[in-house]
Amino acid sequence: MDFSQIIPALPDLMDGMWLTLKLMVMAVVGGVVLGTVLALLRLSSNPVLSGLAKAYVNIFRSVPLLLVIIWFYLAVPMLLNWITGEFVAVGAFTSCLVAFMMFEAAYYCEIVRAGIQSIAKGQVNAAYALGMTYGQAMRLVVLPQAFRKMMPLLLQQSIILFQDTSLVYAVGLMDFLSSARSRGDILGLPHEFLLFAGLIYFVVSFAASRGVKHLQKRLAV
Amino acid sequence: MIKLINVHKWFKDLHVLNGVNLNVNQGEVVVVCGPSGSGKSTLIRTINQLETISEGEIWVDGKSVTDPKTDLNLLRAEVGFVFQHFNLYPHLSVLDNITLSPIRVKKMDKAAADKLAVELLERVGLAHKKDAFPAQLSGGQQQRVAIARGLAMQPKVMLFDEPTSALDPEMVGEVLQVMRDLAKSGMTMMCVTHEMGFARDVADYVVFVDQGQIVEQATPEAFFGNPQHERAKQFLGQLRAH
Repeated sequence: MDFSQIIPALPDLMDGMWLTLKLMVMAVVGGVVLGTVLALLRLSSNPVLSGLAKAYVNIFRSVPLLLVIIWFYLAVPMLLNWITGEFVAVGAFTSCLVAFMMFEAAYYCEIVRAGIQSIAKGQVNAAYALGMTYGQAMRLVVLPQAFRKMMPLLLQQSIILFQDTSLVYAVGLMDFLSSARSRGDILGLPHEFLLFAGLIYFVVSFAASRGVKHLQKRLAV
Repeated sequence: MIKLINVHKWFKDLHVLNGVNLNVNQGEVVVVCGPSGSGKSTLIRTINQLETISEGEIWVDGKSVTDPKTDLNLLRAEVGFVFQHFNLYPHLSVLDNITLSPIRVKKMDKAAADKLAVELLERVGLAHKKDAFPAQLSGGQQQRVAIARGLAMQPKVMLFDEPTSALDPEMVGEVLQVMRDLAKSGMTMMCVTHEMGFARDVADYVVFVDQGQIVEQATPEAFFGNPQHERAKQFLGQLRAH
């Protein structure tokens, strides 16, 4: 075992970590926004809208994430080509980001839906009684309370997403795990680099998880 | 000001409101009472359409509430509503609870809304609590804030749905005092309540609801002194027994 070669490789590994974090943060933001829209559709009294949202959630929760990543990598350029009529180059990063956003949105949708349902009906009634529209009641009264309640769950889901970003190796994106692996292979030290990568994933995820627990306790008071 | 014409409501097979007719004139205070499950809460909630009705007409200030063309948000902005469980927004301070709708719905500017809110808080005796959050207040204080919140929309009518039923006994008085002052200022009010002292002192008349119908409507003296209907007699007898 020779871990000394990791230090000179750190700049490369940092590039990989930067891509991992960028992908995660953008996917979380996009996923939560899309998930919230889906949750509102699911709770809509219009059966067509709620049916569509429900189908979306069921489909994305029933297929492997790896498949979605590969499928979007192949399908997004084809789809854009079909729509615009010309060839558009879509990088692996963009197609992965879209895949994560759409996949995670299905999970975020269920969290947000439960959050909205946990807010007492009296809150909506009060907002209506004070002249608010449905949109205002949601935006100003229900969602701010719901997000506060579900913050721990949303963060927990985002930690899972942080680990799942490593699946982008399948389309050749150089995230943290991929860069550690390729460095290790080049230097003939695959075990050392993989162990190091594992340690970093563990430290980041575990620390974040403890942070969430702490936050949960504070919000509960 | 408020007019109900032959209002019916069914929850599936249950006939909750059975042909209610009621007329509340400007400046009048009407107390609605009746046994639990009689439909009195449903009745008051139909006036700002927190409950829809199956049949009949409801008019507020010359506008039909039940006409689908009526802008319900505009109408609700003119009808204050106080809930049994206060329903303050827990994530906002007392001041923001009061100013949220004036700013967002009536497009009042923030400075004017803040000024109005502080005036109203003074009126309910809670100006010193403007930066507190609802969870830091007692039930009676929360309900007084809720009344101020309703008044901030400068409504033409105030509706109260059992405003003191969720309060500890020692806090009932402070809320009733605010409601008494409001009645004295000439506000048109409709209150679902079992506070008979309040009814006796400020109500122009008392409406007794049973099984979705108004079975008796009389001045407080007549209602408490000499109830006509058998169920009203029973009801008053039970109240006195406690």
